[in-house]
Amino acid sequence: MQKILVCIKRVVDYNVRVRVKPDGSGVMLDGVKMSVNPFDEIALEEALRIKERGANVEVVAVSIGVADTQQQLRTALAMGADRAVLVQTDAPIEPLTAAQTFLALAKKEKPDLILLGKQAIDDDANQTGQMLAALWERPQATYASKVEIADGKLTVTREVDAGLETIEVDLPAVVTVDLRLNEPRYVKLPDIMKAKKKPLDVSSLDALGIVASTYLKTVKTEPPAQRQKGIMVKDVSELVDVLKKKGLL
Amino acid sequence: MSKVLIIGEHDGKTLNPATLKCVTCASGISGAEITILLLGVDTAAVAAQAAAVAGVHKVLRLDRAENAHPLAAMFAPQIVAVAAGYSHVFGPSTSFGKDLTPRVAALLGVPQVSDLMAVESAHRFRRPIYAGNAIITVEADPSRTLVATVRVASFEAAAQGGAATIETTAVDVALPAHTRYLGAKSGSTDRPDLQTANKVVSGGRALGSAENFKILFSLADKLGAAVGASRAAVDAGYAANEMQVGQTGKIISPEIYIAIGISGAIQHLTGIKDARTIVAINKDGEAPIFEVADIGLVGDLFQIVPELERLI
Repeated sequence: MQKILVCIKRVVDYNVRVRVKPDGSGVMLDGVKMSVNPFDEIALEEALRIKERGANVEVVAVSIGVADTQQQLRTALAMGADRAVLVQTDAPIEPLTAAQTFLALAKKEKPDLILLGKQAIDDDANQTGQMLAALWERPQATYASKVEIADGKLTVTREVDAGLETIEVDLPAVVTVDLRLNEPRYVKLPDIMKAKKKPLDVSSLDALGIVASTYLKTVKTEPPAQRQKGIMVKDVSELVDVLKKKGLL
Repeated sequence: MSKVLIIGEHDGKTLNPATLKCVTCASGISGAEITILLLGVDTAAVAAQAAAVAGVHKVLRLDRAENAHPLAAMFAPQIVAVAAGYSHVFGPSTSFGKDLTPRVAALLGVPQVSDLMAVESAHRFRRPIYAGNAIITVEADPSRTLVATVRVASFEAAAQGGAATIETTAVDVALPAHTRYLGAKSGSTDRPDLQTANKVVSGGRALGSAENFKILFSLADKLGAAVGASRAAVDAGYAANEMQVGQTGKIISPEIYIAIGISGAIQHLTGIKDARTIVAINKDGEAPIFEVADIGLVGDLFQIVPELERLI
């Protein structure tokens, strides 16, 4: 294994309580803390652990987004990525476009492995990794909770509804990671300083020959329906009475 | 006219109820003609079940030795070959569907809309973003095939009473050799499946140990319920990972959800928002779970749970 590409998305920090704009045109993003998508952080951590296990691997963090996405790529460099590439654009990026863009980068970089989160916590689409694997005509191993590498192959344990599933895929491959794969490291101050000197290249969709698709249009954003206020019961027998009246027992 | 191809989920013997929810979702598209596609080694038994679902026009069987396990890299090119002539391709928003449908969409060169929760028209849908903290209405380009996953918690299962025709089909596509199924491990029991159960009893960190979870299993067995757990309980090692309910676990919509010793972190509440009735039992009357509960009871779960089991 010589090179791992890790795809990073800049998203609203997971601790922020997202609010819908009163005019229904989207969610409030002004002044909101932005971070690396937590699942992508796990993907990067896995790449770094593979590197630290002794393989002579270059870890490249890549992202698509506004100029400020450089902040998230600097975080990735501080965590330990060797270099970064930002495909800078202000256009909204649908998962299919993201996959096409990462494919263009994969053709240039020729990685043995592409790691990314199973989904981004903003649009919750859960598509980009699978689409990238399809366009790259390579295997996909989604929802990984364990990744083992040997002899040009990956053995991946996947978190599926029924429990755990294990598959084997040939490299190069795309792996999307689940929460349980690892716990990402904290970034230390000296690493942040060091990261400032690491290379971060800025490219564009044009340079890669990508036209952002506009197949999907968001016409309205609303807050979710609120549940009605419930009742409190004083003891178990009252609980049983209420449940029986509702026909639930 | 809309022609909807639903990718049926099954285990070789039984059609997964998630597929019935996809049928209901597709039926929301006015005048839709619905076909269920089954990939497997021998789908005869499952096809008979699919044909009996009300609203289904046709069941397509795609039997092939390589289809023994649902590997997206193997299934996707076959589905693409079948999808020509369909306006929509739907799969369930389960780990099976979520893994598979984006690969199909990319091979078709079309977009996907994930987690449909409501159908407004053939190309206009509602779906959650930010873990359900906002709901968007999305319009898809009507000139392209639309691939979508259906959020199973948002739809009722389609009824029985259909009489669809069953056809066997074959597609001439080469399948990759780069992906191999090695095995599965499930903590499965005789209890109902958590994802589709009508009744769910769920425990949190307040249970204190894996041993103590036994009182929940006992209550669940008396109720005929599935057993779930909060992420805190799973992380503490009290419950198996596949029992996890919430944003990072399973998103469920049972008739009744009994949350026991669960405080109600946002990520857990996201997973139970669509439960018909939520019962909360917790010793802390200020716990956030009571803000969403339909019925709340403050007290010691170790006294309440055995008493509840006795009284029902």
